[in-house]
Amino acid sequence: MNTQRRTFLTATMAAGTVAVAAGAGLLAPSTVLAAWPAKAFESKKMNVAMKEMVGTGTAVDSKDITVEAPDIAENGAVVSVTVKSKIPNTESITLFVPVNAFPLSASYNIAASTDGFVTTRLKMAKTSDVVAYVKAGGKLYKAKKAVKVTLGGCGG
Amino acid sequence: MAKKKMKIRAWAEGGKATVKAIIFHPMETGLRKDKASGKPIPPHYITEVKCEHNGKLVLTCFWGAGVSKNPFVSFKFNGAKAGDKLKVSWVDNTGGSGTKEAKIG
Repeated sequence: MNTQRRTFLTATMAAGTVAVAAGAGLLAPSTVLAAWPAKAFESKKMNVAMKEMVGTGTAVDSKDITVEAPDIAENGAVVSVTVKSKIPNTESITLFVPVNAFPLSASYNIAASTDGFVTTRLKMAKTSDVVAYVKAGGKLYKAKKAVKVTLGGCGG
Repeated sequence: MAKKKMKIRAWAEGGKATVKAIIFHPMETGLRKDKASGKPIPPHYITEVKCEHNGKLVLTCFWGAGVSKNPFVSFKFNGAKAGDKLKVSWVDNTGGSGTKEAKIG
């Protein structure tokens, strides 16, 4: 038997699997490197921040995600936001406030034993939606909630 | 630098732990200006928070300038019981850091 040929085949197949996983575009830099994604957080443009953080995959609106936030926030400096995801294998929850100077607010990487639940407090410059992106099983889902802000929270 | 403090409250019920934590931190965005001198206040915010349960990572938070001052976070995880250790550690963009351990009650 030609062992060299065998080795070559195995190696090619292994490399192919990795290429497919990376090519799916769903492995955001954060999950691969697990380091603070500076580019995404320091970007002032919503689309750039999104691309850096959650990748270019299209997000599907999901009813299994609930974003709880006040309808009217008197103080935009402290807006309590709760995100619940009932989607199994929720891997990460990322929160955007599109009107903020830095649209990407927070991102949570969730371990397998942890619930798809997180509460946090965000700043909001003005009335806007709070958009939550949930990554689960290699797919991207989203949900949003409109919050009316009567007093801005960014440098106001 | 201001006194660094953190408050953690965690309790277990039916194998599921609920954690609430507040980190006292200014969370400056870098966009605000000092009213007296007119100079911009440099950004100073927490970038990464790690929550570990008995040494196992349960939640990693990546934060930007859009998180409120004295940030609060709450989450739930499975497989916990009273007396377990919970460690929360954070780092900010200027190299500051803090760690606190708490017992699940």
